[in-house]
Amino acid sequence: MTTVADTLLELRGIGKRFGGLAALSEVSLHIRSGEIYGLIGPNGAGKTTLFNIITGLYQLDEGTFQFAGSSYARCKPHVLAHAGIARTFQNIRLFANMTALENVMVGRHVRTHAGIWGALACNRATRDEERAIEKRAHELLHFVGIQRHSNTLAKNLSYGEQRRLEIARALATEPKLLALDEPAAGMNATETESLKELMKKIRDSGVTVLLIEHDVKLIMGLCDRVAVLDYGKKIAEGVPEEVRSNPAVIAAYLGGEVTEAPRPQAGEGLG
Amino acid sequence: MIVDIFVQQIINGIVQGSVYALVALGYTMVYGILGLINFAHGEVVMVGAMVALTVLQALLAAAVAPLLAILLSLLAAMAVCMALGYGIERVAYRPLRNAPRLAPLITAIGVSIVLQNLAMMIWGREYHAFPLPLDNALHALGGAIITNVQIAIVLVAVAVMALLLLIVHRTRLGRAMRAVAENPAAAMLMGVDINRVISATFMLGSALAAVAGFMVSANYGIVHYYMGFMLGLKAFTAAVLGGIGNLRGAMLGGLLLGLIESLGAGYIGDLSGGFFGSNYQDVFAFMVLIAVLIFRPSGLLGERVAERA
Repeated sequence: MTTVADTLLELRGIGKRFGGLAALSEVSLHIRSGEIYGLIGPNGAGKTTLFNIITGLYQLDEGTFQFAGSSYARCKPHVLAHAGIARTFQNIRLFANMTALENVMVGRHVRTHAGIWGALACNRATRDEERAIEKRAHELLHFVGIQRHSNTLAKNLSYGEQRRLEIARALATEPKLLALDEPAAGMNATETESLKELMKKIRDSGVTVLLIEHDVKLIMGLCDRVAVLDYGKKIAEGVPEEVRSNPAVIAAYLGGEVTEAPRPQAGEGLG
Repeated sequence: MIVDIFVQQIINGIVQGSVYALVALGYTMVYGILGLINFAHGEVVMVGAMVALTVLQALLAAAVAPLLAILLSLLAAMAVCMALGYGIERVAYRPLRNAPRLAPLITAIGVSIVLQNLAMMIWGREYHAFPLPLDNALHALGGAIITNVQIAIVLVAVAVMALLLLIVHRTRLGRAMRAVAENPAAAMLMGVDINRVISATFMLGSALAAVAGFMVSANYGIVHYYMGFMLGLKAFTAAVLGGIGNLRGAMLGGLLLGLIESLGAGYIGDLSGGFFGSNYQDVFAFMVLIAVLIFRPSGLLGERVAERA
């Protein structure tokens, strides 16, 4: 099953420790091209840790990491960005003092080339590239629906617009896999609904989406397949309906087993 | 007569301030991205001046046309300084990227001492005359005097600073620099190779330092292995005055510091009834530094220092 041709991301036996604490152990999952894959689990289950490993912010301690047919264990984020993985953050991390357009233009960095010599020489190739970057950035702002704010500083956008801008910036890297860390956090029902539409639009444009969510309802209506993490382990995987009726999942969410052990404090971002 | 002195001090202040601004930009760019004070930056200015001197002497001896000789020696100084800036970052700062803040500060001072002594070994302890093959004509301006060199310094400084702002705000490299300064983790995820951006920052700052080194030498006609120390400290003061980490702040701080020093030195004799002379000029820069640190630690245009601290 894991050797299916359309597998985009395959993790096997992933382990990550912080000191003596196992944030993740033996987590395996595979994501197919063109699906929306949901990753759910209670707070501290290790979702964000897994995300940080997939995007290169953390290095895995055990296991293998295959993306689009190549192995990427222990690579820096910019290498993974180049390979085609992009992400957004749970706590939005835009370049606050740059305009919306510039934020997206930074996202084009990985697919463009001009360096210090191009900047100094300002030659034809550099100027053409610069124009292409700007054009693509405008298109992406249009795609996520905030084109009218292109010259607004990122910090002056509303919360929902910042979320969209972060997605546009991630899309600018031309990802094969777009990883969204709780994109609906802090949004009202209307905003969440339009975000869902945006995610479907992204999938239909050919980008595979990996979605961390806290909110089970959102995941159920949107994802093609879902995995559930609890205490750093994968306890279920499958289509949403299956997962929803899985007793282990219900126990994890409703607290079926009472335990005295403290939950692992998986890093929720780098702070 | 009094008006003449005033205008003259303003002119001198603007000229000196242009040089401070160019050097201050090097401090502020590195601080903006790494949160590090590159105390070796003043020595880069000195090396730029020394290299320009050597190349200029050789070219003039070979009877190269004066303007061409100036241009080539300036380019040579910039090239050597860019390589030096790159090397300093690789050797002295990159291995300490995740060390406590005090560690790179100490290596910065170490690099500064090493460069000074290397320069002393290569170029000697003596003062060198800087041979500027230009007709340094004097012009009357509002009752005061301005030289060709001074006019050139101000014009070149303005052009170089405009070019820098253009690079930072209108190019892929500049965007990457600003992105890294704001949020390194997010920048990496956009595919920005932070090490390359940091190297480029050091190289750009060092190129500005080379230009500044050439200017100081041309203005005073003297080059010495110790010249970078005081210049570096003053430019650092200018960067703090403007708000370290802020490019426009460095430009404003440089200009203001030049004016404060120049006016202070021009009038201190009158104000103190002849008790202090203009050799107390340096006092003003550091009084400004102390005053800024006490009353407005984030500088005139700075706001990001508090966020970073």
